[in-house]
Formats: sequence, C-alpha cells, structure tokens
Amino acid sequence: MPEKFDVIVVGAGPSGTSCAYKCAKAGLKVLQIERGEYPGSKNVMGGVLYRKQMEAVIPEFWKDAPVERAIVEQRAWMLDKNSMVTTSVKNNDWEKEPCNNYTILRAKFDQWFANKAVEAGSLLINETVVLECIVEDGKVVGVRTDRPDGDVYADVVVLADGVNSLLAKKLGYHNELKPEEVALTVMEVLNLPKNVINDRFNVTDNQGVTIELFGDATKGNLGTAFIYTNKESLNLGVGTTLSSMIKAKMKPYELIEYVKNHPMVRPFIEGAESAEYLAHLIPEGGFYSMPKLYGNGVLLVGDAAQMVNGIHREGSNMAMASGTLAAETIIAAKEKGDYSEETLSSYKTAILDSFIGQDLKKYKDANHTFEEQPQYFKDYIPMINRAASSFLTVDGTSKRDKQKEAIKTFTKEKGTFTVVKDLYRAWKVMK
Amino acid sequence: MHIVVCVKQVPDTRIIKVNPKTNTLDRRGIPAILNPFDSHAVEAGVRLKEKYGGSVSVVSMGPPNAVKMIRKCVEIGADEGYLISDRFFAGADTLATSYALYKAFEKMLEEKPVDIIICGKQTIDGDTGQVGPGIARRLDIPPITNVIEIKEVDEKARKVIVKRKLEDGYEMIESSMPCLLTVEKDINPVSYSPLPNMIRAARYEPTIWKVDDLNDVDKKQLGLKGSPTIVAKMFAPPKLEGGKKIEGNAEQQSREIVSLLLEKPELFEKKRGGA
Repeated sequence: MPEKFDVIVVGAGPSGTSCAYKCAKAGLKVLQIERGEYPGSKNVMGGVLYRKQMEAVIPEFWKDAPVERAIVEQRAWMLDKNSMVTTSVKNNDWEKEPCNNYTILRAKFDQWFANKAVEAGSLLINETVVLECIVEDGKVVGVRTDRPDGDVYADVVVLADGVNSLLAKKLGYHNELKPEEVALTVMEVLNLPKNVINDRFNVTDNQGVTIELFGDATKGNLGTAFIYTNKESLNLGVGTTLSSMIKAKMKPYELIEYVKNHPMVRPFIEGAESAEYLAHLIPEGGFYSMPKLYGNGVLLVGDAAQMVNGIHREGSNMAMASGTLAAETIIAAKEKGDYSEETLSSYKTAILDSFIGQDLKKYKDANHTFEEQPQYFKDYIPMINRAASSFLTVDGTSKRDKQKEAIKTFTKEKGTFTVVKDLYRAWKVMK
Repeated sequence: MHIVVCVKQVPDTRIIKVNPKTNTLDRRGIPAILNPFDSHAVEAGVRLKEKYGGSVSVVSMGPPNAVKMIRKCVEIGADEGYLISDRFFAGADTLATSYALYKAFEKMLEEKPVDIIICGKQTIDGDTGQVGPGIARRLDIPPITNVIEIKEVDEKARKVIVKRKLEDGYEMIESSMPCLLTVEKDINPVSYSPLPNMIRAARYEPTIWKVDDLNDVDKKQLGLKGSPTIVAKMFAPPKLEGGKKIEGNAEQQSREIVSLLLEKPELFEKKRGGA
C-alpha cells in the first residue's frame, strides 16, 4: 500500500516551499516533489526578493539566506535609440536591516529555502515528475509520478508547479495559456568583479541597484528589460508578451543581444563574462487569468495560479504569500478533519482579501490596455525623449519657446485630444 | 547474502575547470555527486539482492555532506549506509583511503559477515582504481577487476562466476567468496528509482563513524600523514593536435589506414605489453 501524507506539494519554488515549510512547522506530514535536479535548478526570475513576505515565512531570513545585495536604488529608464529619460529613487535607509528588498540568485536561494522546509520536517524528493493528480469520486487523493510504483496519496495536494501548470490543466482548472497572457523572458547572468559593479552603479559592497528599461529595450513592444546587481554578477534580461514577440516577429535571443548592445546599456556590462543563459514564461494575464484556486482536496498557488503583478514586476512575494495562505487553510482543514471543496474555499477568500487579490484587481485592465494600445511604448517614450532632449539643448531659444516646443512635440504628432485621451486611459488602468 | 558497495562523493568533473594560472582544480560552485562508476556498482549490488536475497550496504569515506550521496545510493536501492568522516581522514591518497575503509569493514564485520564487496572501476576525480584492490589485499580476499557480468553466485558452495573485460577479450573466472569485484559501467545500466525508494532515501540517516568509533586504528596510516603519494605537478593535458578523418567506402578507408600505418614503422617496433 503506497504511503499517505497529510499534504503533497508539487514544486519547490517560493510558493510550494512556503506552503511545505508552514505545514511542516505545524506538524503536518508533508511530501514535496520537485522535477529539477535540485530546487532552483529550473527556476528563473529577474532576481528581486521582497523582504516582507519572505520574513512572514522565515523571520530574519537575511541572517543566513544567500542574498546578494540589499536594493538601495531603483532606476527606471525610458529608452530611445540613442537617448533616455530616467528616474531614480535612492534611499540608503533601505540598506539597514530589515532591508526593503534584496537581489538573489534563484539556483542558490531556492535550495536554501527548500532545505529550511526539510529542516522543519518536510520530505523533499527531486528529479521526479508528477504526471497527474489521482482523482477518486471527484476528490483529489494523491499524485501519480513518472517513477515505478509512483503513486502517493495525501489528504490535500498543493499545485505549485509553475506558470504552465500541467496538473491544473489536466484537472480542467485552466485552459491553455494564450500568447497575450504570458511574457517570455530571457536572461543572462553576467559575471563582473565586485569593485567594477560598485563603481559602475555607484554603490558599496552590499548595496544593490535595480534598473527597469522601457521603450526601445523591447523595440517599443509591451514589456521591459532589467538589470539587477548581484554581488559579483549582473542579471540582465528582457521580456515581452508572447503575443508581441509573435506580432513583431522578434526572437528572444535576438532581443537580448539588442539590449546588451544598446548604447545606454553597453557601458554597464562591458567586459562581463556570460555565466548563465535562462529563459522562462511569466504569467502576466493578471486577475482575469486566475484559474479556479481550489477544489476537493486541491489548492493552487504561485505562478500555477497566475499570481503575478506584471506592472510592479512582483511575483515571488505573491507566490510566498499564497503558499502561506494555502498552508493556513490546510492547517485549519486538518483540525476539522475535512478537506472538502467547501472547507478549502476559505483559501480563495483569503487570497482576494490579501494584497494579492487587491493588487491584481487594481491592475486588472492594465496589461490588456497596453497590449491593445501600443502607442504608450512605441510613440510616447520616444516623444518624451525628444521633448526632454530639445528642452535641454541650449541653442539660443528662449526657455518659454522651448516649453512650447516641448509640448508641441506631443500635440503636433498626436493631436491634443488624443494625448489627453491616452493620459486618461493610462490613469484609469493604473489608478 | 550481505553485499557491501564502496562509494565516493566526487566533484562533477564534467563541468570542472582547471585554473590556467595555478594549475589547480577550480572547485567553486561545482556540485558534489555520487561517482558515476559507483552508481553502477550499487545497482549491481541491488540486482544481486533481488536475485539471491539478502541486503546491500554502502560504505564511504568523506566529508559530513557526503550523507547526501549516501541517500542517492538508498534511492538506487541500498538498505544501509555507513560513512566514516573525520578530519583525521582528510588528504588521504589511495593507500590511506584503503586502510581507513578496511577499518570500517572490520567494524561492519562485527555486526554481520560480508559476502561480496563491489567497487566502481575507478573514481572520476582520481582515476586510479587502486582503492578497491587495496581493500581486498588488506582483508585478504581475492580482488577481481573490470567485471562486466556476475554470472552466478553460489552461496552454499561459496563461489562466484564473473566475466571480466580485458584489453584483448573477455575472461570468465570463478572465485571463492567473500571476494571484491570492481565493475565497469557496462555491468548494468542504473534504473530509474521507484518512488518508495525516493521517499525512504529522503528520510534516511546513515550511520556515521568518527575515527575513534573504529577499533585499533593506527592514526599514522590515515589522511595526509599516511599518504606517501606526492603530487609533483598538476597540469591540464594539452589538446591533441592533428588527426585525420578518413572518408570513402569501407574498402577505400581500410586501404588508406593500412598505407598510413605502413608509413610509420616505428609503431611496430616496440614489444607488446609495454604500457
């Protein structure tokens, strides 16, 4: 007779591990199954770890977790071909513990995190693929793996199997993802000596910088590029919705080369040695793409539940928070001895009440609007660049005339009415 | 029947680099794995157990984190794992390693007899293939190297029949039991482990012995102190240059090879068996 657990968690990313950790801490019998050689071996993200939600799982984690740098500066670049308009917020208080956010390398961090769950009593199995949930009488009762004698049972199964959740699809919880619901991101880890990074980004050893690049970084398509600083490397990546890539006939590897060779980017990565090349899908469909979150004996967390805030590039924090909420639901279900759909429905309520539900609702129309209205990335960013450049080019024109000239850059090309309409539309979806 | 397999944790040399300046191995971030030859050895042990009954133990000398590698052996199907781990063992060459493992065997033999010892042909970090025969010599049992098949085990008659791979053919030999076999990868592929093994391995805690847990150990024979091997120089082997690809049909190719060989009479001057 195969063994039975209280909880089986499929996947060892931030959502799955948060859930496994919390359940194991509460004394539940937990089995976590990961398909990669080790947790983190198949996971990709830009690299910003949000302190708050991580701290909710493991207090004072920064004291022994493999974090890279504390982020003290967040820059945003609106790129044109040979110019850019930038904003930056820098605050050295963010370096004081507890820091605001950290950069991390997932291969290292996920291993560390999963090991914390193991220390808490969860069993971790790597290199094992879960093929499907075992369903009996309409209830998920376990999982079937690709190994011989591969069935294993549990009261509840948590699907933390990532963006393309095959298990949720097999249960009929969500359909095949549409190209406009996912972003395809490619990323390189570029090795550079510590002091070179410190000089180029104007930081000290433990301080980090994030740069988000808009506009020409994606050749005007909906998406972003990013540069994040690790201790002795940079994470440089770029992604757009899959639909934009298809429409613009862009190849991801060409796009990342384009970013690396951009005149505004090149000086930052000069001399760097490419150490890793990664690619991944990111769920960007937001609120409308969220699948059914619970069922009889099953819960969905993290990317599998499409919980990503594309506008603020937040995902790992939502993953951890959803994993934690799932664990709380399971612990309460265990006390009741009831894992029915009705009992587990409290998970959905908790998600919608949390910042996950609130934020995804707030931006529910943002991605769709920007996808359908390409002018924001394609037209306005170059216009802002032209306006700002002409305003600051000293050529004997009076400042008053310069102002007029700058404003005309927008109204002449688009017409006052269109500009006001676009501004209103942007405000509406972001408000 | 009690089968014991000797295993070692090694750096994954498929991705290891040699630092060109210092000529030492750059081990930064290189994962530690179960020596690939040893995984075939463990599998061979597990298959013997399935055929004849009994149990499989693995034994290793290594750092405390080698526990992970022992768990890998449990995934393959080993029943028990023993790790000898102590700073006294550090820096050992093959002589000192075989002495330490021999002492571990003595300790294991207090619990139950050992019928067959299996080792991988060699490790991928040292490539010497000396530790297995060294253990056999110390235990005074026959070492049989380059085994590619275990034909038969007769527990009653205390005999095994195995097939060896030689440079110029195969050899079938019979040996008394207990004996020590070092096996080639050809002996058997490593199966995809069943799920219950994976779960058992995730829970498994091997027995760890420090030097003082072993009996009558002569510490002078351990670790760096007990190692007469001197590493005179380390270098990355130069890349082979030249070479020629011979094309055409079978007849043309063999003609060309023969004529190329005839151009080099020095190849045929040395007596066979020199190297």
